[in-house]
Parts: sequence; structure tokens; C-alpha cells
Amino acid sequence: MGKSVLQIRDLHVEFKVYEGQLMVLNGVNMNVPAGARVGLVGEAGCGKTTTMRCVLGILQSPPGRISEGTILFHDRDVLKMSQANLQRIRGGGISMIFQDPVAALNPVFTVGDQLTAVIRYAAAKKMDKKEIRRRAIKALGDVQLPDPDRMFSSYPVQLSGGMRQRVCIAMALATEPELMIADEPTTALDVTIQAQMLRLLNELVEQRATSVIFITHSLGVVKEMADWVYVMYAGNIVEGAKKEILFANPLHPYTVGLMGALPKLTGGGIAEGIAGRIPDYLNPPTGCRFNPRCRRAMEMCSGERPEFREVEPDHHVACYLYGRDADVQ
Amino acid sequence: MSNDLLVVENLKKHFVTSRGTVRAVDDVSFAAKEGETLGLVGESGSGKSTVAYTIIGLHAPTAGTITFAGKDMSTAVQKRPRALKRALQIVFQDPGTSLNPRRTIEQILSLPLKVHGIGSRRARRKTVVELLRQVELPPEYLFKSPHMLGGGERQMVAIARALATNPSLIILDEPTSALDVSIQAKIINMLCGFQDEMNLTYLFITHDLSLMRNVASRVAIMYLGKVYELAPTDEFFERPMQPYTKMLLSSIPVVLPEEEAIKPSRIVSEGEIPSPVNVPPGCGFHTRCAEMGEGCDSDEPHLVEVKPGHFVRCHQCAEPVTAEIAGKE
Amino acid sequence: MPEELKYGAFQRRWESFRKGWYKFSRNPVSVIGLIFVFGVAFLAIFAPYVSPYPGHASKYVNFAEASKPPSGTHLCGTDVFGRDILSRVFFGFRYSLMMGIVVLALVVIPGVILGLVAGYYRGTWIDTLIMRITDIFLAVPALILALAVTSVLTPNIFNAMMAVSLMWWPWYTRLVYGLASSLRNEFFVQSAEVIGASRRHILFRELLPNCVSSIFTKMSLDMGWVILIGASLSFVGLGAQPPIPDLGTMVSDGSKYLPDQWWISIFPAFAIMITVLGFNLLGDGFRDLFALEEI
Repeated sequence: MGKSVLQIRDLHVEFKVYEGQLMVLNGVNMNVPAGARVGLVGEAGCGKTTTMRCVLGILQSPPGRISEGTILFHDRDVLKMSQANLQRIRGGGISMIFQDPVAALNPVFTVGDQLTAVIRYAAAKKMDKKEIRRRAIKALGDVQLPDPDRMFSSYPVQLSGGMRQRVCIAMALATEPELMIADEPTTALDVTIQAQMLRLLNELVEQRATSVIFITHSLGVVKEMADWVYVMYAGNIVEGAKKEILFANPLHPYTVGLMGALPKLTGGGIAEGIAGRIPDYLNPPTGCRFNPRCRRAMEMCSGERPEFREVEPDHHVACYLYGRDADVQ
Repeated sequence: MSNDLLVVENLKKHFVTSRGTVRAVDDVSFAAKEGETLGLVGESGSGKSTVAYTIIGLHAPTAGTITFAGKDMSTAVQKRPRALKRALQIVFQDPGTSLNPRRTIEQILSLPLKVHGIGSRRARRKTVVELLRQVELPPEYLFKSPHMLGGGERQMVAIARALATNPSLIILDEPTSALDVSIQAKIINMLCGFQDEMNLTYLFITHDLSLMRNVASRVAIMYLGKVYELAPTDEFFERPMQPYTKMLLSSIPVVLPEEEAIKPSRIVSEGEIPSPVNVPPGCGFHTRCAEMGEGCDSDEPHLVEVKPGHFVRCHQCAEPVTAEIAGKE
Repeated sequence: MPEELKYGAFQRRWESFRKGWYKFSRNPVSVIGLIFVFGVAFLAIFAPYVSPYPGHASKYVNFAEASKPPSGTHLCGTDVFGRDILSRVFFGFRYSLMMGIVVLALVVIPGVILGLVAGYYRGTWIDTLIMRITDIFLAVPALILALAVTSVLTPNIFNAMMAVSLMWWPWYTRLVYGLASSLRNEFFVQSAEVIGASRRHILFRELLPNCVSSIFTKMSLDMGWVILIGASLSFVGLGAQPPIPDLGTMVSDGSKYLPDQWWISIFPAFAIMITVLGFNLLGDGFRDLFALEEI
């Protein structure tokens, strides 16, 4: 499997609001091996973006607060780092692509300005202007943008959605990060452009052996993009496996429900979906947070939270259906 | 035909802007039969939303006619008779902005009742509670504001609002695009239920082809303001003829092997979607078409019925001899 | 205690008031502003009862006590006529607040309505007509117009208020126009149009509630500005006339005696500052108060 670039262990995050405390993350566990593509699948409100913000140290605090857990980037705990050290990691070690390319690019600066700013900022030593510009144009070419010189002096508003997202990818890769986090980068794009973008990302990542965390709510995209898949529900990682294993044999009832609710290109109507709603984070269910909606819930499911454990090689699940241990944590 | 509820003939909607004339809808014809779900699919710039907005009256058509239940309504909404506004409703795509954040759910749902004089003030509250019950929301939601609800719930309120006046046709513009898969399943099943109960006709617009397969009885695909293929659902998905349709179908990320099998072989899409200000001459799709041939870049193809009920706009597909301009049954 | 289960209208209002206070008080500075404003309002309303020398606010002369520095009997000293400055400041608050309230009462409603109409009809002749007239008024510098008007008419506090009102309304029109014209194409407004709602409903029930936050914030900041402009007019003698204890006039009269008898100008000036500062801080608080809480 190789060494891990990122390990998230038992992350707990709370948010203080008028009505009380929102227990948003309730023990997130994730492991990103070096050079791997990891998909993080979950629906709106499950906490995927919050988790990523913790990794980069950009969680809004207050009202957010990390109450427990560690995030190890190459064996160093990100949560205990000073701002200065975090700055060094951001960009150079870990970079991020956001969901909405319109919002991610500053409309009053040219693409070139923004790209060179990123390169300059993350550079280990001072580089002269020509070198920075050369690198920027190369980055624009790497993401297969036509006419990189002209693109360099364009403003984001002159570009289409697909082109803007390519610029964001160029910015994320220009600093040659070890880990790239892509938060729903293709959700806002058209299907045909999305297909191009995914192909491009795959090529780039392969060339540079960068690790990627790909966040999405689409299982179809995850199938094309990931080697490993983690499924998240209501602040917990409920299942994690190698992609082929997960799609061949989903174990957690939520994962099964999710796959069932997908409309199939072959037709046949849409399955019922999953009954109930996502839990109220003010008063979340005890034990497994999915238990109120789970068709196969048992009594012990509302007791202690099930541990995220390996039930077969390369397949972890947090569910009492798969092995009940007395020493559950 | 006699049971065509909505007939659109040669509809055009052009916008004059500083950058040129945007030919958003450029000669579109189709008909929706009572009780059916007609699907309209396309990427950005295709004009599918503009078609919806023109039919509902937010824009006045530049040319062409719209007929509903035999009555002509080719005007902006302000000029239409009240009875028509009752019978034709729309659910917008973004649940975040289709409900006024400064109003309560009760106020939002009672507006159509007030405008059309349905029931007294006391009866209206009862009706609103009943509407909420139909979309499976509890009565307490009367007093909530939209920003307190999740995206799925907001969309259910929007659907309840559309049902309030007992309409005959509802236009659904990407009703579930912003929502998660499990909520989408719930809403789609709910919509199908309503359709059976109340004999509704739907004009269903989406870019998600997998979803379209499961909801529509006939599908039309749009590109740069024109309909490029129109066929019954199974025909459309299993025997597509237009190269654009094939490209789109081959780009969809899917999960199951049987879905992968039904897709046309992978057509790599190159380049960007042209802007509706600069529609390429001849066939609008020729700049990206893998099957481009003689005359595709100079002569505009017409929508031709190549099989019963299956219309295609393409020089390479249509028999040149039996060129018959058609758009409706 | 899930508040959605209470059908009772009273409980719902109370709950929403409490939530509002929570949002407002997150920022302690806004609470300070509220305290200042309440303080000034209290002193203004109850001036005859809380002033040590209420009679000094009108015609009173006592040269024996003239120009005395702050002491136990006169906390802010006395002016050249022997009048207690602290009491006059309390009464002065009345005129300042009255100026602000009257001007805003005259200006906000017409300004907002014009802005809503212009924004709704954006791109048409109605928009052009309204906004060009607004531009004309905005082009004239505020204070100059006020000076011009009051010097043509008799200088008194009433005319000063009229003059300030005349050039204040366009700001509200401009503010609401910007909001209304961008909101006009939002889906929720289009929905109302499609349903067939009347123009009146769309302007006042769909667009206006989304402008309320900005309007209130601006009104609070404007109280400060109007008071300052009123004080400026009085300073040059075009506003309230003696013996009315207007704060601006007091600063003006006392400026002749600076820096020896500093207390005659400084305390009224300080009073103006507290008032304006209070309203400014309160304005920020209003923005927080009206913010929509995301789930």
C-alpha cells in the first residue's frame, strides 16, 4: 500500500449556534496512501467539506471547534501546528480545488496574476519574474488550455466554466503539492465537459504521482476517478474500501441504499430511496447515526457507536451487522 | 392531435445584447400529450431553460406560437388570462432562490390561493396544511422560513406551490439537480405519484440522462437552441442516431456494468460548447462532430422523421429523399 | 424546546425576539451603541426631570454665575449667560433627535417607494425618469444645498429640517434601486409573476422585505449624519436660533471662548459625538440582527 500521505483519526468537530452545539463530525477516519486517488462520497450536510477544512486548517473557529482527533500529514499533526507551519503546508504540501470556479477566481485580477501569485507564494526561494511567468504558462499548457499566452492575460469572466476550472486545477498543481483536495470540481460543469475534466485530472495525477482526495456526491464519478472510496454519512465515515470491492460488494446499509437510489441508465424506475431525513446535529441519534433510517437496525445500534474496522482485506465498515465485538471502542 | 395539451411551433427567442444576438431558442417545435412526461435534455447554452421560461411567459417569444389546451398564449405572462396562469405552473431549478427567504412557508403557499381567489382566509390555512401533507412535510413548517429548510424540503415546498392551483401542466426545470441522490429518489417518486393521481402533464428538463431514462415517455435533446433528436425514451437511449446524442450518452459516468454496456462507444468530446451568440454555420454541432461529412458546415439540416415517432436533425442520419419537416406528431 | 411545535403566535414572536437579541448581541460593540442611543433618548425624553437646572434651557440669565468652570454645582460648567451647560446639553439632545427623526420620517418612505418602482421597472422609461431625477439631487453637495435653502428662507430649525430632507431622499432611492433591480430577476420574484401576483404584492411583499436590512442599517447611520448636518447648520447660524439649546449652536457660541473657557464648546461637542457614535455602532448591529441564519 505504501506510506500514507494523510491520516485522519477519530476527528470530532462541533459548531456553536443559538440553539446549542451542533455535533457535526463524530469520529472521521481516513487514510490516503501516497500516490493514491481517494474518493470521498457523501450527501449534502454530511461533513465532507468541514473535514477538508480541518485538514487545511481553515475551519471557521469560532463557531467551529475541533474537540478531538488528529490529522497526520506525513506523521506531523496538522491540528497542533502553528499558523506559520500551516502556511508552509498549504499550497506546497496540500492544495485545494473548490466546487465553484466562478467563486474561486478573483474577477478583478487576470488569470496570470492569480497564477503567478500562487507560484510566488509557495516557492521555496525567491524566483525572478521571467521564471515565474514561464512556469505559469507551462501550467496553463499542462491543463490543455488553448493558447496559454492569451489565457495568461485574460480575466476569469472571459472564460467558460470548463476553462475556469482548468485554471483552478493549474493553480492547484502549480505548486507541485503532494496532496490535492478536489471538492466537487465537476459538479458545476456540463456532462461532456465533465468527462474531459475527469480525464485531464486522471492524466495529471498519474504524471506527477500526486495523491488526490476527490469529494463528490456522485457514485458514477467516483467509479471513474478513485482507487479507494470512503462513504460518509452525518459526520461519520461508514464504509471505506478499494473501489472495485466497494462497488462489487457494498456492505453498509447506507451505501446499499445510496446505490439503490441511483437512477439507472437502463431504466426501470427509481428505487424508493432512503426513508427519513439526515439527523439533527443538535440532538444526533446515539450510537450509529444511521440507525433511525436503517432497515436492518438492531438494538445495539443505538447504544455505542460501531467501530470502523476491517471486515475483509481492503474493506472497512462501521456497522454491527459485520462482526460484533465485545471490545467496541 | 386532439389530446395534445401543449403545442409549441417554430418557437424562437432571441436576446439582443451588446455582444450580439443570442439565439437562445432558434426554431423549436414539439407537443406534449395529456398525461405524458416530455423530457427536454441538453447542456448549458442549449436553450432548454429558455424554452421553459418562454412557455411559462417570463419572456415573450420572438417568433413562433405556443398553444395550450387549444388556446393561443404566445405572449408574456402579464398579458395572459388568469385561468391560463392557474393551469400552467413551473418548478424552478434552484430551491435556494425560488422561495423568498423573507417570507414564511404559509405565506409562500397561500399566495397562489390568494391570487386566484381559492377559498376564504380561514380555509386557506387548511388548504396549505393539506398541501404540506401531500409533500410529506409536517404542519409546523407553516411558520418556518425557507432558509431553515434543507434543499430537498425547499423543493418540496416549491412543488406544493405548483400544485396549489390544481394545474394541468407543470414545467419542471432541473427540479432535482441541486439535490442529493436519496432526496432526488423521494421527490421523483412523489412527482410520479402526483402525475397518476391528478392526471398531470410534465415538461421535464434536466441534463441528467440517467434520470431522464426513468421519468420521461419521450425525450428531446437540444443543442444551441434547436432540437436535434426527439424520440420515445427507449428508442432514444437504445438506438440514438444523432452524433451529439451519442456523444452525450457515452460521456455519462455510470456505476453498473449493464449501464456501461448500453452506452454507445466512447466518443471523446473535444473543445468547448460554442456560445449561442456565435452559432456555427450549417449544422450547429459540426465543430465537435465525429461523423461530420459533406455539407455539414454549410447546409443546415432539418428535423426529419426517420422512423415513426423518431425525429433527427442530421445530414448523416436522415434520408435526403424523404425530407419532411416535422416537429410534432 | 423545538420552537416549531408552538402554534401560539405569542410564543413564536417571543422566540423570534430572543433569537434576534442573540444575533445582535454577538458583537459587544453593537450593544455599546444601543446603550449610548438609549441613554441619549432617555435624557432627551426626560430632560425636564433629570436636568439639574431645567429652567436654564430657555431664557435665563445670571451673570454672577457666568463662565464658571465645571464644579460640584455645575458638572459641565456654565456658559457666558450663566446657564448650566449639562442641563442645556440634555435639552439639546431633544432637538438633535427630533431633527433626525423628522427628516427620516419624511424621507424614507418616498425614497424607498421610488427605489422599488425604479428597480422593478429597470430598463424602462420609468427607471430612467426616476433615477435621472435622483442623480440630479445627488449631484448637488448636501451641505451646500442645505445652506442655500436655509439662507433663502428664514433660518430656523424647521427650515433646516426641510432643507436636509430635500437632499436626503435620493440616497434611499439609490440604495433600494440597487437592491430591487438585482432581486427583480430572482426566481422567487419570477414565481410570483408567473402565479399572477399584482405589482403591489411584488413590490411590497416580495422585494421590500429583502431590502429591510439595508434600509434599517442606513437609517441608523443616517441619524448620525443628519444630526451632524443639523449641528453644522446651527454652527453657522442657519439652524436653530437662540435661546434654543441646540448642540451645534452651543458649540458655535462657545468656540469664541476657546481655549480658556473650553467647557462651553467641548461638552456639547462631546454630546454630539456620543450620539453619532451610538447610532453608527447600532447600525452595524442592525446588519447582524437581520442576517439570515444558515442551517
